[in-house]
Amino acid sequence: MVMRIKPKRAEPSQEEVAIRVRGLVTRMGEKVIHDHLDLDVKRGEVLGVVGGSGTGKSVLLRSIIHLIKPAEGEISVLGKRLDQLNDQELRALEIRWGVLFQEGALFSSHTVAENIQIPLREYTNLPQRLMEEIAAMKLSLVGLPPDAGLKYPSELSGGMKKRAALARALALDPELLFLDEPTSGLDPIAANHFDELLRDLHKSLNLTVFMVTHDLNSLKGTTDRIAVLVDKKVKIGTIQTLVNDPHPWIQEYFNGARGRAALAS
Amino acid sequence: MPSPGKRISSRVAFKGTALSDSAQSVGRAWYRTERRNTVLRFFFGGDWVIEEIAALDKSLHTLKLDGAREVEFDGSEVKRMDSAGAWLILRAKHQLSEAGAKIREMTVPDAYRPLLEKLDREIKGPPPSPPPHRPFTDFLARMGQGATEMAETAYRLLGFLGRITVETFEAIVRPTRELPWPAFVNQIEATGLTAVPIVGLLSFLLGVVLAYQGAEQLKRFGAEIFTVNLVGLSVLREIGVLMTAIIAAGRSGSAFTAQIGTMKLNEEVDAMVTMGLNPVEILVLPRVLGLLVSLPLLTFYANIMGLIGGAVMCYFSLDITFPAFSRQLQGAISFSPWSFWLGIIKAPFFAFTIALVGCFEGLRVEGTAESVGRLTTRSVVESIFLVVVLDAGFSILFSILEI
Repeated sequence: MVMRIKPKRAEPSQEEVAIRVRGLVTRMGEKVIHDHLDLDVKRGEVLGVVGGSGTGKSVLLRSIIHLIKPAEGEISVLGKRLDQLNDQELRALEIRWGVLFQEGALFSSHTVAENIQIPLREYTNLPQRLMEEIAAMKLSLVGLPPDAGLKYPSELSGGMKKRAALARALALDPELLFLDEPTSGLDPIAANHFDELLRDLHKSLNLTVFMVTHDLNSLKGTTDRIAVLVDKKVKIGTIQTLVNDPHPWIQEYFNGARGRAALAS
Repeated sequence: MPSPGKRISSRVAFKGTALSDSAQSVGRAWYRTERRNTVLRFFFGGDWVIEEIAALDKSLHTLKLDGAREVEFDGSEVKRMDSAGAWLILRAKHQLSEAGAKIREMTVPDAYRPLLEKLDREIKGPPPSPPPHRPFTDFLARMGQGATEMAETAYRLLGFLGRITVETFEAIVRPTRELPWPAFVNQIEATGLTAVPIVGLLSFLLGVVLAYQGAEQLKRFGAEIFTVNLVGLSVLREIGVLMTAIIAAGRSGSAFTAQIGTMKLNEEVDAMVTMGLNPVEILVLPRVLGLLVSLPLLTFYANIMGLIGGAVMCYFSLDITFPAFSRQLQGAISFSPWSFWLGIIKAPFFAFTIALVGCFEGLRVEGTAESVGRLTTRSVVESIFLVVVLDAGFSILFSILEI
């Protein structure tokens, strides 16, 4: 038997890795978005994903949460290969992650509290009163006033919507949290509050966070490592190591006017 | 009453939970309370997670101080805890401290300390309860609300009618800018040409149905030939135009509401206003004028198809040949020479109503995608309602005029 000898790079073990992507290829029609992309997200870290428009940040997120089927490659989440799971196993896995979509994706025909109770109702059989209490608790956890629960999503501001959507994503105490541009469309103050909230929740809920973002301040303030999507692959590192990366896009990103301002602060 | 100094301990076991004396129940959440003098000690452990807490919820509500003045929480045996479990502990804590006890300490494994502390800081009291449900008064309130809304809609629709009338008139009589011809022609195509197959088929079938029903009844009196009169007059005067208007309300009125409503959601209408463009002129006029042209044409076509349907049925079930049918039809019409025009004259009125309601409801869309759906339904129901009311009005008018 011929075995390729692997370089002795320390591969993180199964328990330490929350998300493992190997050789991922995604295509949209003829266009190749990801070309044999590898990525490891460690348990307990906050990973920021950046990249220019159209480099497939959201596509990567959607592939990991199984909304898009990759053309090639394998994705494991919390130790489970996505392509090998049957429907039931997939559901069991799905309740272990929470997703905050870009526009919140709150169900517009339900109040905020009902939105949070939907996953609870689906996966547990708690008495109604307790579900209401838990929904209110989640709301205060994300910093919303108690009466926000009675409102409909259309009655909330953008920042409140994102917080409410985060509360829904956290309804079942997920281990993994996916955020798609959580601070886009928020004013700087609301964005700062959101960063603080994320740090706080990350610490208190033992979350692993996969965050797609454009926001440099948010990257600096919340993430442990950063994955940059360039040339259909991922370059991963901390801000300190990436600042010195010679790739032109990365240079422009971190050393452009905005980048410098954000990193200097 | 327990005397001070005596040790009182109570244990809570839950359905399906076998709590041994040593309180070893890995995988389950448990708690027990113990009183020593004035101190109530609350021990808890196991898996305080969302799957477990349903069983604990009720009994924790009944937690009593039993005369104790201080409480100690000891959760050092907690194996797992999530925010739902933490909430129950904190709720118990609030409950006891509201009953007057002083919370002395709270011990949990270090891993869960940040969670408990975070929740303790953030929680701002119980959820506000939604307004109480009172079926009868709620019913009355809804009825009142519905009635005032209906009145308001009618009032606004009247206002819109005035605005459209004035603007249409102005656009035709002294145009400040050229009419949006391409949009106008597009609308004629969308509301007229593409409706031809469905209008034709339905009218033909209705002609068949009418002829069949008439033939069955009139045969008994040996008056089969009058089936032709029945079909001819009812198609020309009522069925043709009414059927066409109802199809137009379903096809075009709803499309108007959905198109304009989506543009409204997309802030396209606001964009027009800020550019100094008049959304009524750009969105509403072409639609109103387009339908004003296409509906009478469709009605004419529907009349023909209805008559053909009647003729076909008469041929097959009554052996009335086509020449005989057309002779009889001419005879019938000569008794009321206005029949054809009585039908056609209604078409522009119906068209105006349908387009008006469709555009009006479209412009009322606000906020969510749900309101597009709701208002589209309303637009169809309202325009069909108004068309039928108008038709009844015409019938009264015609009977007064004796034509």
